[in-house]
Amino acid sequence: MQGSTVNSEQVIAVSQDGHGGHLEDHPDHRIFGLFMFFVAESFIFLGLFAAYLTFRAVTPAWPPEGTPELELLLPGVNSIILISSSFVIHKAEEAIKENDVKGVQLWFAITAAMGALFLVGQGYEYAHLEFGLTTNLFASTFYVLTGFHGLHVTFGLLLIGAVLWRSRKEGHYSADSKFGIEAAELYWHFVDVIWIILFILLYLL
Amino acid sequence: MLGGIALTLFCLWFSQNNHLLPVPASANAGAIDSLFNAMLTIALGLFVLVQGVLIYAGIRFRKRPGDETDGPPIRGNIPLEILWTSIPAVLVLGIALYSFEIYSEMGGLDPMASGGTMVAHNHGSHGGMAIAATMGEDSAADALMDLDSKGKALAYGVGAGRDEAASADLDVDVMGLQYAWIFTYPDTGIVSGELHVPVDKAVQLNIKAQDVLHAFWIPQFRLKQDAIPGQQTSLRFKPTVTGRYPIVCAELCGAYHGAMRAEVVVDSPEDYDTWQASMVAAVDPANKVTLAAATEDFQALNPKTMSDRDFLEPYGSEMGVTSQSFQGLPHHHLH
Amino acid sequence: MAQLQVRPLAEENFPEKTGGNWKKYFTFNTDHKVIGIQYLVTSFIFFLIGGALATGVRIELATPDVDFVSRELYNQLFTIHATVMIFLWIVPAGTGAFGNYLLPLLLGCNDMAFPRLNAIAFWMIPPGGLLLMGSFFINEGAAASGWTSYPPLSLVNGKSGEFIWILSILVLGTSSILGAINFLTTIIKMRTPGMKFNNMPLFCWAMFAASILILVSTPVLAGALILLSFDLLAGTSFFNPSGGGDPVVYQHMFWFYSHPAVYIMILPVFGTISEILPVHARKPIFGYLAIAYSSLAISFLGLIVWAHHMFTSGTPAWLRMFFMIATMVIAVPTGIKVFSWLATLWGGKLRLNSAMLFAMGFISMFVIGGLSGVMVASVPFDIHVHDTYFVVAHLHYVLFGGSVFGLYASIYHWFPKMTGRMINETWGRIHFVLTLVGFNLCFLPMHYLGLMGMPRRVAEYDPQFATINTICSIGSYILAVSTIPFVINAVVCWRSGEKAPANPWNGLTLEWTLSSPPPEHNFPTPPVLKTGPYDYGTLDKRGSKKRPISQLRASDILSN
Ligand code: HEA
Ligand code: HEA
Ligand code: CUA
Ligand SMILES: [Cu+2]
Repeated sequence: MQGSTVNSEQVIAVSQDGHGGHLEDHPDHRIFGLFMFFVAESFIFLGLFAAYLTFRAVTPAWPPEGTPELELLLPGVNSIILISSSFVIHKAEEAIKENDVKGVQLWFAITAAMGALFLVGQGYEYAHLEFGLTTNLFASTFYVLTGFHGLHVTFGLLLIGAVLWRSRKEGHYSADSKFGIEAAELYWHFVDVIWIILFILLYLL
Repeated sequence: MLGGIALTLFCLWFSQNNHLLPVPASANAGAIDSLFNAMLTIALGLFVLVQGVLIYAGIRFRKRPGDETDGPPIRGNIPLEILWTSIPAVLVLGIALYSFEIYSEMGGLDPMASGGTMVAHNHGSHGGMAIAATMGEDSAADALMDLDSKGKALAYGVGAGRDEAASADLDVDVMGLQYAWIFTYPDTGIVSGELHVPVDKAVQLNIKAQDVLHAFWIPQFRLKQDAIPGQQTSLRFKPTVTGRYPIVCAELCGAYHGAMRAEVVVDSPEDYDTWQASMVAAVDPANKVTLAAATEDFQALNPKTMSDRDFLEPYGSEMGVTSQSFQGLPHHHLH
Repeated sequence: MAQLQVRPLAEENFPEKTGGNWKKYFTFNTDHKVIGIQYLVTSFIFFLIGGALATGVRIELATPDVDFVSRELYNQLFTIHATVMIFLWIVPAGTGAFGNYLLPLLLGCNDMAFPRLNAIAFWMIPPGGLLLMGSFFINEGAAASGWTSYPPLSLVNGKSGEFIWILSILVLGTSSILGAINFLTTIIKMRTPGMKFNNMPLFCWAMFAASILILVSTPVLAGALILLSFDLLAGTSFFNPSGGGDPVVYQHMFWFYSHPAVYIMILPVFGTISEILPVHARKPIFGYLAIAYSSLAISFLGLIVWAHHMFTSGTPAWLRMFFMIATMVIAVPTGIKVFSWLATLWGGKLRLNSAMLFAMGFISMFVIGGLSGVMVASVPFDIHVHDTYFVVAHLHYVLFGGSVFGLYASIYHWFPKMTGRMINETWGRIHFVLTLVGFNLCFLPMHYLGLMGMPRRVAEYDPQFATINTICSIGSYILAVSTIPFVINAVVCWRSGEKAPANPWNGLTLEWTLSSPPPEHNFPTPPVLKTGPYDYGTLDKRGSKKRPISQLRASDILSN
């Protein structure tokens, strides 16, 4: 019993550097944490998508017979608005790298407007659909999936609003201090990606 | 060494001669029991090994008073680690293969074929009808009564065994509802609260549920299958020992889940014929008891509004159904 | 008791001793040590509540008739019992309490990556728990569909109780996800210089594996519960067959979380056991890398076996076979751990104190539960024992014999560090013996009950099972009594026990280099490692002479 699977030199790691520097000011891990959060969020949506696909698979006809056809034009335009808003918000990121807070405010405001337009479009679609939440299984999944996504868009709008509010203060954001801007932007991209999958699943498949 | 052999022998003896399972009363029960005994042997061996090492170490290697030194700095031993990775790997693979073998022998891999026949003879009228597109509140109740109308082609459960004919000797439709089992014999129209089957004949149960999940379990047959509203499941078996055995609901289905019991009676061929004749005679052709009527009657007997005693009293006589239909529903005897 | 031989590191750096200020435990404090203790005490209180509910279950089951509580209340009792034990005791105690308390100390950092998020995660627990307990007092009573809450039953039982249950699980699940984000970031990003993945303490590995599971599986449960609450409140029919839905889809989503959840509940305990054994056996852990990677293997396999809870449900045969084999394979990485622990003990100088006794009891009891787990993984056998007391026996052997024994071991082991006081050993041993006897008396006979034909979740049962059930109930009373010496011991010693030295067990992981309890900001400068976490009995660093660890000083562990 004298062998060893672990080289003891590997275990006894002796590092002579790394002295000094108080631990208080450890690097900013918030973006990393945000990505962890996205993993969790993705899995909620993944679970819901998987449920949707299973319902689809086990039900004899999908969407169930008699379900009114979904209109494609409005949601299509809506998707284009949302997807292009991702490019708009990315402009803000470029602006803050130049310390251009005014630019950030501009791009964020445009993004927010596009997001709000998307929500209005969604609301319009809801109001004019011929089926309700409990009409059938397809209708229920449709409303819950789009509604849950809409909730995320709303939350993204709130984030953008918060950044706009804070950016009024001189020097709150700069090229070196832009977590809020980055976070809002990443979140917005995330919500966009979810929408693309959702759109394919619900409208195109 | 000797002790090791003695222990191994003991594990073998114990696991082959345990009385941990009720009498096996169906054709596949014996196979499952041997599987259990094999797993028990392995488990007992591993159990003795681990406990032995723990106890031995606890006595032999305990710190002596005053000894403040450390043990030997052993960090690993690759051959040993390979050994205790590969032995369990081989063991579980063996168990998995053995389980697979038994499962396919008892028909677990082929419930679909049997499900197919079932769909054929029960769904002729409304198979394939899609769910109503707009289902109002009030039509939900109709849908409940008409769940099989979705016409799913698949049935889950245990089907015909490897060397068995595709269709069984006897088909029985089983309906689980809060809180009873109702058995319908499609060939004769018998509706009963007690399952009668002839010994040594292949029996196919087509299981459905009325309201919530239930599970149909006969411990002596080692068989269990959930009854799922909106889906069909099936169980195929061949009873081998005559007698009365409990049918237990094994899936939580509400407050009276524990009281949802029935009995299966494995009859000799003569007894079965007698029973069948008496049941057919009792069915007044003018006022034939249908499954729907029986369930409706039963549901009128909502246990939530009744005292325990009322509920647990044999239901049969108070119901508009023939008394035989529900004989022996709440029995409390296992064999 | 070993003499104080390791000097607390630079005590003068922290003149303000933080002990004594009990009020901070009731505030929104961001210190990971405070949060860890908040988690531990809160979850232990819920353990007592969950145990009291279990005692109610056992009193009812002492006789075959329904005589102690009504059938409706019985179903509420075991539903809330299981929910409390899982979501308010094992998960918050294993990950929340020990994860929070130990990770920064073991990794050599000052706090978790996101201290405020950490405090928020903790403060979701008490409201979540109170909400759940409160549901007993509403008209319809608490949720009564089992902790699995399968529809359609969960849709037709009392609506408000069920909704509160869903809400409470969503709150607790969110808390758990926020915790996992913190753990992963801390482990990946904040290890002290010189600490690689391959030489961090095994508890960190275990938390790493468990946090991944939390992050990917808990959200799916949230998804399932969102759909379930729509069915419950808005009249949709996702899981309701009367509207075209499919109840089996819920089962898949539920178990996609709840099977990994059992590893969320056991992995942190595997981790603490890997820390405790080497210290009290005075030997390096045997097979460090194998133990570390087997945690990852378990968490990966844990994600692809969920349908073994559905062998008698509506699952196709090939799926059953796949899930059977995948499930059984988990025995291999788990076996690697068990055998490595045994090898760690072999030839050591075992200090059989309360921590060690519970750790050895853990191995012994968990293996029984693991072996019965492999048995129920076999489809043909599970068709017989599914939803019977055999499964109840299995789950208590792994959850009580495993997780709870392991948590007790961890509490005894880190009590001096957390409180600055030693805990009484005699009472600890009494606690151990009572727990071991009561536990086995209560749960061992349940295997037989299940095999013979007793289903689970019933308030009334066949009289032929009466004797054995009475024995189980007596066992559960002993088990209930066994908590009394522990609680009294812990409370008395916390207030007035013997003062604990910095390193009472002569451990080599970083928390023992700090005073007991550690100062508020842990390490004044990032500690630089001089020894590995398990270098017991090895040569002195200078290679000169073999020197027992008991003569080491803090400066020998750290090199600054
Ligand atoms: C901490 C919690 C925990 C843990 C760790 C486990 C571990 C395991 N569980 Fe368990 N399980 C539960 C908690 C847990 N379980 C709960 C709560 C339920 C019931 C849920 C409910 O319905 O309410 C359940 C139910 C459950 C079922 C469903 C039963 C049914 O409802 O019909 C199954 C089926 O496969 C199963 C299997 C396993 C397996 C194979 C393991 C394996 O991980 C075990 C591996 C360990 C060992 C095998 C022992 C050590 C290894 C060796 C000594 C090596 C050699 C071994 C061999 C060669 C076999 N468990
Ligand atoms: C970590 C998890 C965990 C733990 C620790 C326990 C601990 C215990 N469990 Fe439980 N149990 C589960 C998880 C757990 N259980 C799960 C998941 C189920 C499945 C539920 C379902 O089917 O949905 C279950 C189901 C279950 C059943 C089956 C019920 C049924 O199917 O009908 C039984 C029956 O005996 C039982 C008993 C016990 C007992 C006696 C204990 C004992 O260990 C408890 C010991 C008691 C104490 C430690 C407390 C003692 C203190 C006091 C009594 C005084 C304190 C008083 C106040 C604070 C007011 N449990
Ligand atoms: Cu029907 Cu339980
Ligand atoms: Cu599982």
